Amino acid sequence: MSRFDWLPELLARCEDQLIPVSGDTARRLAPAHLIVLDPEGWGRMAKVAREQGCHWSALWVEQTDAETLQANAVLVFRGDYLMIRTGLPLTNLVLPSHTPWFPAANHPERHARDLFGIVFSDHPDHRRWTRHLAWSEDGYPLRHNKPVCPDDIGETLPDSNYPFFQAQGAGVYEIPVGPVHAGIIEPGHFRFQAEGETVLNLEIRLGYTHKGIEKIAEGREPGTLARLAGRLSGDSTVAHTWAACQAMERAADVTPPPRAQAIRAVFAERERIANHLGDIGAICNDVGFTFAQMQFSRLREDWQRVNQSLFGHRLLMDRIVPGGVLRDLTSDNTTLLQEQNRTLRGELETLLPILDDHPSLEDRLLGTGILSAETAITLGVTGFVGKASGIDIDLRRDHCYAPYDRLIVDSPCLQAGDVAARLQVRATEIHHSFDLLTQLLTDLPEGPVQAEWQMPAAGSEGLGMVEGWRGEIVTHVRFGTDGRVARFFPRDPSWLNWPALEQLIHGNIVPDFPVCNKSVNGSYSGHDL
Amino acid sequence: MLRILNKIRKIGIITEAAPHDAELEALGIQVKHHIDKLFCGSLAIRAVDAGSCNGCELEIHALNNPYYDVERFGIHFVASPRHADALLVTGPVSRHMEAALKRTYNATPAPKWVIACGDCACHGGEFGVSYASCGAVENVIPVDVTIPGCPPTPTALLGGLLLAMKQSQ
Repeated sequence: MSRFDWLPELLARCEDQLIPVSGDTARRLAPAHLIVLDPEGWGRMAKVAREQGCHWSALWVEQTDAETLQANAVLVFRGDYLMIRTGLPLTNLVLPSHTPWFPAANHPERHARDLFGIVFSDHPDHRRWTRHLAWSEDGYPLRHNKPVCPDDIGETLPDSNYPFFQAQGAGVYEIPVGPVHAGIIEPGHFRFQAEGETVLNLEIRLGYTHKGIEKIAEGREPGTLARLAGRLSGDSTVAHTWAACQAMERAADVTPPPRAQAIRAVFAERERIANHLGDIGAICNDVGFTFAQMQFSRLREDWQRVNQSLFGHRLLMDRIVPGGVLRDLTSDNTTLLQEQNRTLRGELETLLPILDDHPSLEDRLLGTGILSAETAITLGVTGFVGKASGIDIDLRRDHCYAPYDRLIVDSPCLQAGDVAARLQVRATEIHHSFDLLTQLLTDLPEGPVQAEWQMPAAGSEGLGMVEGWRGEIVTHVRFGTDGRVARFFPRDPSWLNWPALEQLIHGNIVPDFPVCNKSVNGSYSGHDL
Repeated sequence: MLRILNKIRKIGIITEAAPHDAELEALGIQVKHHIDKLFCGSLAIRAVDAGSCNGCELEIHALNNPYYDVERFGIHFVASPRHADALLVTGPVSRHMEAALKRTYNATPAPKWVIACGDCACHGGEFGVSYASCGAVENVIPVDVTIPGCPPTPTALLGGLLLAMKQSQ
């Protein structure tokens, strides 16, 4: 199977649908493929992609000059990334919506409308999304004529009039939760309609941690953009920094040395393991099994302490830099990492069977929060949430970027789609990460760990794709003049997975919401930007 | 069940004693001493994420793991501001969290402390002030103590709490 061997079929479908496309700029975005459309063909293109079997991955908008916006979307098929693009004059910002064909486009399109003012015709939901009351309806803060911080900005009032979905009937009641939650977690609002203990409907309202990341990225140098990307979602700092650096390196035509690529993957797999350990414990804790919480948080702490002693940061922030990694590993370091691998593997051999055989845990996790394969495919979920519901996609294997292209990558896939399956997928992923770490550390390429940075051409752009521990990350970077960033858009996997939580909670009892939420573990900050 | 008990027995108590991590233990004892004096033995903290990247939250969580086990020093995290002696606020305050943070502050009974946790909460960090961010916590509510770091380590958090109590005397 060669890359993009399906593209002629898709283009033939486009021709049938009378969608004129041009593909002459394809090389600029390798390994992705770029095609340019007229705005009229935008919606029909989604229909064609749906028929082809693509999954919908990302949407972002750029302002190209004083009069024009440009919409970009990413569609994926068999690990190949197809980017579609269209230009829109500011005088006529109407674009057919992708949401009727791909529900995953719902929130991203509303985000684009709130920040740029594009109207997506035939979008089924006209409510605002990212915007609360910090800027006015026609404020569009990402447009070039808007300052980073308006002089006259005053106090922001609470967004108390958002038109939530309402349910009515005898015995139906509402539970509003958040934005300030009872635990030590990020802010967001959950609106439940329930009857007795059963959840009839859940609506999630996000945007509380919107920090203007896309705006403050503009004008940054590569190094400070990498720092910002590392703070998009603190638990995914490695994955996001990697994706941003990958995008910048592709734009600037810089190839990190093989040793740096391998060390990046060591960081990424260690980040995956740390998060899976923490969450397995937390999921058990949410159903009252504190033994597991204590054991797994102990293992996570051991893991983070080694990060601190070898790499200088417990979460591995800022260890990946444009062109490579911050510092090299010594042979003593690799030996220690291998040892820690073996120790943790041994620990899990005792602990995971305890979880497997514990009846009260089984009782709470099996059959709870089921996301059917059908719903998962419709929503286009990613990462372990998808893998637990029959979606067998993993970029490390399917898109195989360096260094995974020379490694054997296994990825679990289950069908049950319940909390237990998501937990099982994560436990299995830990084992697969052990195997990857072993391969990486026993066969670490020699050589430097940083390539020399070179000035990217004005207007050059790159697309970074990385499988973070939550799933697929897609990041776009465009450089302006002086090698500074003109546009940065990182698409966290949570964009695709939050809508799954609204679906899988149906029919479950209210007290099971925390465990269902934890089993999906979307990032608020990563989503809100 | 036997396996669980066996695992617990084999791991034993790993909460760090003085010889393992003198710094943590010394800190902890001092913290406990001050909490005993100021709060009759228990300091109730309400953590508020006002827009953080979740990095600080991971380290605050770590305070409760068996290594640090901060409850032994009298610190516990509570679910409501009504139960809190102190607010531990993370993140630059996003404009969308401005009202929620003020309301949480007002819901906390006086006398109360506000601890700004992490570089963003202390001075805006990577995000600063923008159309979407108010920057440092002190731009929105009065702050008593700052704990810098990106994110602050669990030991730094404990040190910051100690400082808060020392300053209040």
